[in-house]
Amino acid sequence: MLLIDCPWCGPRDQREFNYGGDGTVVRPPDPSAATDEAWHDYIYIRDNPRGSHVELWQHNAGCRRWFKVRRDVVTHEMQGSAPIGRELPPKP
Amino acid sequence: MTQPFRIARGGQIDRSREIGFNFDGRTYRGHPGDTLASALLANGVRLVGRSFKYHRPRGILAAGAEEPNALIQLRRGNRTEPNIRATQIELFDGLECESQNRWPSLGFDLGAINSVFSGLFPAGFYYKTFMWPASYWLKYEAAIRRMAGMGRTAVEPDPDHYEHMHAHCDVLVIGSGPAGLMAARAAGRWGARVILCEDGPALGGSLLGERTAIEGKPAIDWVRSVEAELSGLPELRVLTRTTAFGYYDQNLITLVERVADHLPVPGPHQPRQRLWMVRARRVVLATGAIERPIVFADNDRPGIMLASAARTYTNRYGVKPGRRAVLLTNNDGAYATAFDLADAGVNIAGIVDVRPAPTGALPARARAAGMTVHAGHAVAISHGTNALTGVEIIQLNAAGDGFEGASRPLDCDVLAVSGGWNPAVHLFSQSQGKLRYDDRLAAFLPNQAAQPVTCAGAVAGHYSLAACLIDGAAAGASAAKAAGFGDGTPTAVPSVANEPEAPARTLWAIPRPAPGQGKRFVDFQNDVTVEDLALAKREGYRSVEHLKRYTTLGMGTDQGKTSNITGLAILSGIVGEPIPKVGTTTFRPPYTPVSFGAMVGPETGAHIDPVRHSAMHPWHVKAGARFVNAGLWKRPLFYPKPGETDQQAIDREVLNTRAKVGIVDVSTLGKIDIQGPDAVELLNRVYTNAWSKLEIGKSRYGLMLREDGIVFDDGTTTRLGPSHFLMTTTTVNAVRVMAWLEYWLQVQWPELKVYVASVTEQWAAAALAGPNARHVLADAVEGVDVSHAALPFMGYREGRIAGVPVRIFRISFSGELGFEVNAPADHGLAVWEALVKAGEKHGIMPYGMEALGTLRIEKGHVVGSELDGRTTPDDLGFAGMVSKTKDCLGKRSLSRPALMALDRKQLVGLMPLFKTEEIVRGSQLVANQNTRPPVPMEGMVTSNCYSATLGSSIALALVKNGRKRVGETLFAQSPLTGRSVAVKIVHHVMVDPEGARLRD
Ligand SMILES: [Zn+2]
Repeated sequence: MLLIDCPWCGPRDQREFNYGGDGTVVRPPDPSAATDEAWHDYIYIRDNPRGSHVELWQHNAGCRRWFKVRRDVVTHEMQGSAPIGRELPPKP
Repeated sequence: MTQPFRIARGGQIDRSREIGFNFDGRTYRGHPGDTLASALLANGVRLVGRSFKYHRPRGILAAGAEEPNALIQLRRGNRTEPNIRATQIELFDGLECESQNRWPSLGFDLGAINSVFSGLFPAGFYYKTFMWPASYWLKYEAAIRRMAGMGRTAVEPDPDHYEHMHAHCDVLVIGSGPAGLMAARAAGRWGARVILCEDGPALGGSLLGERTAIEGKPAIDWVRSVEAELSGLPELRVLTRTTAFGYYDQNLITLVERVADHLPVPGPHQPRQRLWMVRARRVVLATGAIERPIVFADNDRPGIMLASAARTYTNRYGVKPGRRAVLLTNNDGAYATAFDLADAGVNIAGIVDVRPAPTGALPARARAAGMTVHAGHAVAISHGTNALTGVEIIQLNAAGDGFEGASRPLDCDVLAVSGGWNPAVHLFSQSQGKLRYDDRLAAFLPNQAAQPVTCAGAVAGHYSLAACLIDGAAAGASAAKAAGFGDGTPTAVPSVANEPEAPARTLWAIPRPAPGQGKRFVDFQNDVTVEDLALAKREGYRSVEHLKRYTTLGMGTDQGKTSNITGLAILSGIVGEPIPKVGTTTFRPPYTPVSFGAMVGPETGAHIDPVRHSAMHPWHVKAGARFVNAGLWKRPLFYPKPGETDQQAIDREVLNTRAKVGIVDVSTLGKIDIQGPDAVELLNRVYTNAWSKLEIGKSRYGLMLREDGIVFDDGTTTRLGPSHFLMTTTTVNAVRVMAWLEYWLQVQWPELKVYVASVTEQWAAAALAGPNARHVLADAVEGVDVSHAALPFMGYREGRIAGVPVRIFRISFSGELGFEVNAPADHGLAVWEALVKAGEKHGIMPYGMEALGTLRIEKGHVVGSELDGRTTPDDLGFAGMVSKTKDCLGKRSLSRPALMALDRKQLVGLMPLFKTEEIVRGSQLVANQNTRPPVPMEGMVTSNCYSATLGSSIALALVKNGRKRVGETLFAQSPLTGRSVAVKIVHHVMVDPEGARLRD
């Protein structure tokens, strides 16, 4: 059970949150102009890096804010949180 | 004489009271403060169980959580529990228990014949039986289960209740031995919030079993004084009878508190056990060390026990483990056992020290006391049938892998064994901390912590009392400082005598006296021998993890607390590689078994999930509704009248709605209030259709896609004002759609000026449907004209019903003239009752989910299973709802080739060729029912019902290229029922296809 640092509410237990997937995915700015391959990558293809990872979480049983978390998926170390639009601390 | 092995005085038991207990049908006496194990030993009971595989007689090996043998079926009836360690069962008056793994009785066990044919039970025995003809395994399994029996679970419901607790603290101290007590006191004195958790019923840890002096007084006096001080610290909580069993991410530790296990039954309103989830800033692990045995031939006879256990039974419980003892040791520390036993009146028949020249202070003391020290000797084999009667001792060679000279017998009824100590690093390892192998101590020690945790005392390899006290004080003070309390200065450490100890001789297993003679058990609980490990290596197993699983080493309920490291060391000898290179075992939660009751806690029966009731629920109950679970909601399924079958009730509700008027509770639909200047833009982006031109006071049906182009949800959205909308969602997706909108607004489109808020709970909703719906509404409502001209199809007005302001939507999913009335939830019941009352003269009847589903299927509206995560708008006949002039979420995916394929399954209706036949739920559709498999699948039935309107079973289905195949005959094959029904493909709207009724 992770301890997740909500940028608005502070550290809270994982059960208050929804996992929102890979936080590095970029939606093609003009979908109609995107190639089939680019769109396919956006929808289906995710990196699975060993180590530090950027994730999206929503504090659904709290302030309901979506935000970014940097987490090491090997050690489960929480390496920082940031509101959408702000930078996460760099990869350690 | 009762309790023949009870020492006349001493120990922490209440000698003023005698209590009775029953073991295997015989009654015995003991004292409060005893464990079941100490009381059995006091009564001279040494045979307490049979081993798992060979059914060898087994006795008590340990005095704590590491006990592998003495597993007990505790209590009877609905409170019975298997595999409980006798060493941790606190004795209470009237305790009833049984031994396990014996059949028909403990003394005479047929399974012991396995021992004679042990060649049939080699390493990997189970896996090898799997390889025989599969049908044989079933026969073996039944036989093995009865023979092995690892206890029975209760078959009746558990009468007790369990609690869950969440707690936060600055410093969690696990273990209350000398290090733990010092740590808790040091942190507590600095004012930190401390939780001190102790496995046993009393604080003190190893001090309870030793006769050490602290500050010149018995250690127990010092323990009491610290306990008194701790109880005066307001921010410090002591939890006894509490095992820390799991160490998870970010310092989350799970504890199980056995609140009432020491009582015959829990008191009124007292939970039996309580599961704690503690989030700690810092953790101090003072979990001590577990003594390890030395392996030798027939090392499992009742009477052979760990030296520390023999000492604990003597000192803490006032019980002699036997009358004549031999000590087998590789270290100085175990000599204290010989001294304590001798003082209690046990005859010391000899000290067998595997070190060639034990010359330290302690061996000297032993010799001075007249004890014989057999230096450089080992125990070659033990003797006895159901209990130990003696051992053979023999000179070890220098390498420790052979003998010199002849053996000689030593009579004894107890053999106290010490092979050194394994620090209890289980929790440290669970915390992802790295271990290192220490050659000097021949043990794995905590090395690099992965979380804010400190190890103190024996778990850190500091075995002497003085070191434990110093270590604990420092760990407690520095943990408090790290949590923001104090400057890290440790509290003063009390003075203790420090007897220096000479080095130990590392020796894991003693050779057998002759090949094939005796069994050398490494893992007592799973009957794994040195020879099994060697066989597994010969069969090609080298990885520790594979070897463990193949031989089942350390895989029992004790998780190998006395066997894992020894097994690893022996394996290292077999493969000829150093121990750290062979690897270490992975320690996983739980440290000791945890009951399902504690894990589940109060979340049983009606408390598994919260229940959601609509505002009208009491009315449905009074009306005799049968309910169905829709997510957490209770929804009326139908309202049966006396004498009606279920189907008759559903048919009546459907026909009455089509002929007159029905009312249904739709409060569970998700409702989202949307406000802001960019509200229209948001709707345009999330819905496939266009919203810019929707007038105020009008509703529109909308379709939402996932980004992969698959239909996500549908519902109506109404424009309440220039920048104010009310969106509805399906019941099941209410939460998901809300999070979805929040995601897009917060993460992708923060520039949109719009707020969304869930108002599902704030509004109760009732839907009227049927030709008389407008009459009912007109009679009930005040202050608004609901005529067709004033409130046309998809129109919206506000009015009052029963004095309550309501929102009125002219929408319909039944195909009939329909209205949905939303009222503030607190007034939902009053509005519902007013509508029902107004409807009486128009023939109103309530209808439930079954009728609602039937009405929808008749009209070809998707009901749920059509939105199965695979269907596109075109599949469902909604292609026209996808705007060609604007983009929306998921639209780009619709032009991917797979989603435009010509043979995609499309929504159609199905009618049986013969009206009396029923189309079975879940049927597969095939073109020819006589084809041999594999049969090409044409599609599947997604929803079905009996339509009283049409007098026929009908269904919705997804059929390959279905819209072009209307009129074709297929066969609906149900693999579950084996039935096949000939069906005709029809347009999916089966009643009133022109939609005339709802537009009147
Ligand atoms: Zn929050």
